[in-house]
Amino acid sequence: MKKFFVITLLAVLGFYLASTFCYMPFGENRMGAPVDEQTVGAYYLNQTAEVSQVSNVITAIVVNYRGFDTLGEVTVLFLASAGLASILYRRKEEDEEEVERLNQPSSSLLQTGSKFLFPLVVLLGIYVFIHGHLTPGGGFQGGAIIATGFLLMLIAYKKYHVSHGMLTWVESLAGILFVTIGIWGLVTGGTFLENSFLPKGTLNSLISGGAIPIIYIAVGFKVAAELTGVLDILLNTKDPIKK
Amino acid sequence: MMLVYIGAIALLALLLVFVALYAIRQKDLLYAVLATGVVSLILSLVFLLLQAPDVALTEAAIGIALTTIVFVITIRNTSRYENENTQSKINTKKSE
Repeated sequence: MKKFFVITLLAVLGFYLASTFCYMPFGENRMGAPVDEQTVGAYYLNQTAEVSQVSNVITAIVVNYRGFDTLGEVTVLFLASAGLASILYRRKEEDEEEVERLNQPSSSLLQTGSKFLFPLVVLLGIYVFIHGHLTPGGGFQGGAIIATGFLLMLIAYKKYHVSHGMLTWVESLAGILFVTIGIWGLVTGGTFLENSFLPKGTLNSLISGGAIPIIYIAVGFKVAAELTGVLDILLNTKDPIKK
Repeated sequence: MMLVYIGAIALLALLLVFVALYAIRQKDLLYAVLATGVVSLILSLVFLLLQAPDVALTEAAIGIALTTIVFVITIRNTSRYENENTQSKINTKKSE
């Protein structure tokens, strides 16, 4: 009986999946852009450059047209990081001098290499999120790259610690900046995250697109702080086996 | 030119499937995690060829670096092998 239900369920699912793919010819232009002017894809591709002066259309969609979704994503990441911290964060105990990290002392090759690479990686991350409205990439990607740089330092140097107070401040201020820009848009333009209160500038220049670069810089700082905090907490947990 | 492009994507996709299968079959979890990192690397190349550089960047930063390192930390805090039998088998193989 159980098997019968499973087979029926799979058959129904398979039927709908197969019929969906049958009605949709392979490689068809489903968004309609830019052939059919009526579709939303065509609107984004044709109008973004003129309306918001942003050359990377994906950034305009993520931060402006779907900005509320991005706020939700940032909140999800914040909740994940906060949950991990509340479970695993370990304060310095009374008897220990410093919170010991698990890793063995690394070789001088790794130490020198990461000291050399760390500023370059952070610079690349900052470049990616400052140029989010011009080139591929943006806040999430840049933040993740910066977290990778901090990861290098955390692995190479046993004594290297990230200040969690600092991370909390950066994270909170970036989040507040995002919401403030959204509410500012609500007050001046009528909708949340309306991109109308700052001058748009000219297409393809660094300062263009109104509030979009500011939001992406805030997102970049927030993501970098959250992921760095997660990595630091994970590396500082006590070994449950060896203890 | 188009054929080369499609062929490159197909080859990468095939490689992707093989590396993913290796990651599933491997009993040494450290190698399995490294294989998932390689899956992310190939996947980000595929995204780049499919003209989605934003997604490729995300996959490169999150998939290759951060996810892999989180799993490596997890493995070091738990155990490296899928079960104890494989560990003893590998140990005896080493001693022989």
